[in-house]
Amino acid sequence: MSTSKIRDAALPLLLAAVVLAVPLVLKTPYWLNVLILVLVWTTLGTAWNIVGGYAGQLSLGHSAFFGLGAYTLALTAGKLGWNPWAGIALGMVLSVPLALFIGSITFRLHGPYFVLASLAIAEVLRLVTLAWRSVTNGAVGLMVPFLFEGISRAPYYWFIAVVAIVAVGLTWWIERHKLGYYLTAIREDQETAESIGINTTGYKNLALVLSAVIAAVTGSFYASYLSYIEPDIVLSEPVSLQMAIVAIIGGRGTVFGPAVGATLLVLASELFRAQFKQAHLLIYGLLLMAAILFLPGGVLGTLQQRIKARRAAKAAAIGATFARKEAS
Amino acid sequence: MELLAQLPQNLVSGLLLGGMYALIGVGLALVYGVMDIVNMAHGAFLMVGMYTTYLLVNNFGIDPYAGILISAPALFVLGMLIQRLVIHRIATASHMNQILLTVGLSMALVNTAQLLFTADYRQVRTSYAETVIRFAGVSMNLAYVISFAVAVAITVGLYLYLMKSEFGRALRATSQDIHAAQLMGINVRNVQMTAFGLGMALAGAAGALLTPVYYLYPTVGENFGLKAFTMVVLGGMGSVVGAALGGVTLALAESLGQMVVGHELKDAIGFVVFVLVLLFKPAGLFGRARA
Repeated sequence: MSTSKIRDAALPLLLAAVVLAVPLVLKTPYWLNVLILVLVWTTLGTAWNIVGGYAGQLSLGHSAFFGLGAYTLALTAGKLGWNPWAGIALGMVLSVPLALFIGSITFRLHGPYFVLASLAIAEVLRLVTLAWRSVTNGAVGLMVPFLFEGISRAPYYWFIAVVAIVAVGLTWWIERHKLGYYLTAIREDQETAESIGINTTGYKNLALVLSAVIAAVTGSFYASYLSYIEPDIVLSEPVSLQMAIVAIIGGRGTVFGPAVGATLLVLASELFRAQFKQAHLLIYGLLLMAAILFLPGGVLGTLQQRIKARRAAKAAAIGATFARKEAS
Repeated sequence: MELLAQLPQNLVSGLLLGGMYALIGVGLALVYGVMDIVNMAHGAFLMVGMYTTYLLVNNFGIDPYAGILISAPALFVLGMLIQRLVIHRIATASHMNQILLTVGLSMALVNTAQLLFTADYRQVRTSYAETVIRFAGVSMNLAYVISFAVAVAITVGLYLYLMKSEFGRALRATSQDIHAAQLMGINVRNVQMTAFGLGMALAGAAGALLTPVYYLYPTVGENFGLKAFTMVVLGGMGSVVGAALGGVTLALAESLGQMVVGHELKDAIGFVVFVLVLLFKPAGLFGRARA
C-alpha cells in the first residue's frame, strides 16, 4: 500500500476506532440507545445510498429487505429454535433472490418501473405477513429472542457498529473502485454507459443485492434489539421512506452522507420528542420537500461541492498569477 | 360449485368498482402523459377529496354526490397552485427528484390529515347506502351504482373533452412531444399546470365517489395510489384510455381473484398482476408504449 493510500484511509479508520470505543466511556443506557438508533439508520441509509445514491435507482420499498431480515430471525430463532446467528445469516441469504427478482424484472426496462415495483413488492410482503396468521401471527406480531445475554446494551452497540462500519467501508471502497465509476456512469447517463460497454442491468442488480443484504442484517438486528416485531413496525411504508430521507438529507452519493443524515434526524427526533411524536412523519415530509427544492445535494454533498469549488477557484487564481508573471 | 354461483355477483361488483378505479387511473395517466412525472401524491389527493366530502356532508349537510361540484374545483385550484409554486420549480431536475418531491408532498398531506382527523376510521352515512337493488339474482348497492354511473360519466366527458376541444388537442400534443408542441405555439407551461390541476380534480372526484361506499382514514389513499400505478402500467404508461381499461381490468381481477385467495389478500392481487405485466408485457396491455 502506498503512503497516499494509507493517508487516505487513516481518517476513516480513526473514526471507526472512535465509534467502537464509545461504550467503554459512555455507560448511560439512554444515550447508548440513541447512538444505537443513529447507527441503525446510518446503516439503512448507507444501504439505500448504494442503489439510490450511487446507481441512481430510486427505491421506495427497502422495508421489504429490512422486514425480511427481521421476520426470518423471528421465525427461525423464535419459532423453530435455531441459533439466532444462523437466522441472521439466512435472512441475508434470502434477501439476495428477492433483490434479484425485483431487479431482473425492472432494471432492463426504461421508465419508472423500479420505483413502482419496489413499492409494490414491499406492500405485498406486508399484506401477506398480515394475512398469513398461522405462521407470522399477523398484526399481533412475534417475539424475537435476544442476541446477547444480560441487560447491557453494549454488545448490541458493538454489533450494529461493526455492521455500520462495514457498510460505510463498503461504500468508501465502491467510490474508489471500478464499481463506483460504473454506477455513477449509469446514474448520470445510462445510454452512454451502455454504449461504452458497461453491463448496466448487471451492475444495477449488484448494487441492489449489496444494498438488500445490508438492509436485511440490520432488520434482523433491529428485531432482536426491540425483541418484538409486527408488520407495521418493520414492513411499513414509513420505514422505506425514512431510509431514503436519511440518505437524501445527508447527501446522496457521498460516503458519509447517510451517517450525517441519520445523526441529524435521530438527534432531532430525540430533542423534540414531545412535539415530534405526533407529527414526525409530517416533518419528515416537509424536510424531504425542502431538501429536494433547496438542497438537492444534501448537507454533506453541498458542503463537498462548495469545498471543491473553492479549491478550483484557488487553483485558478494561482494559475492566473503565474500566467501574469510569465507575461511581464 | 359454490364458486361458480358467486361468479355473476363478483363480476358485477368488480365492474362497478372498475368504474371508480378507471377514474383514479385516468387522473394519474393524464399527469404522467403530460408532465412525465410519476405523481406519488395522487393517492393523497384522493384522500383529500374524501375528507373534503366528509366535511361537506357532516358540516353542511350536502349530499356526497353534489359535493363533487365543490370538491373537484377546489382540488383543481389546489393542484394548479402546487404545480406552479412547487413542482414547476424543479421542472428541469432529474426524474428521481421530481418523484421524491411528490413523495414528500404526499407525506405532508397524509400526516396533516392524521393530525386534523386522527387515524380513526370514519364513514359517511347516506340515506341510500342501505338500499339494495336485486336483479337476476345479483344484488347491487344503490350507492355503488350511482358512484359507478357518475364515474363513467366523468370519464367519458373527459375523453370527449380531450378529443374534441382546442385545449384537449394542445394537451395531447404536449403529451406526445413537448418540444414540438412548444414550437407549434402551445403554451406548454399552462398546459402542464392545467393538466396537473385536472389530474387532482379527477382524484378528488374519485375520492368523493368512494366516500359513500368506503371508509376513510388518513392513509386510505396509499393503497389506491399504488393501484392507480398498476392501472397506468396495465394501460401502457400515459395512455388515458388505456388507464381506464386498466382500472376495469384490475377491479375485475381483484373481485374474481378474491374468490380464490380470500378477502384479506385482495389488495395483493393488483401487485401480482403488476409484476406479471412487467415480466411479460411491459408496454402494457392496452394502448401505446412510451419510451
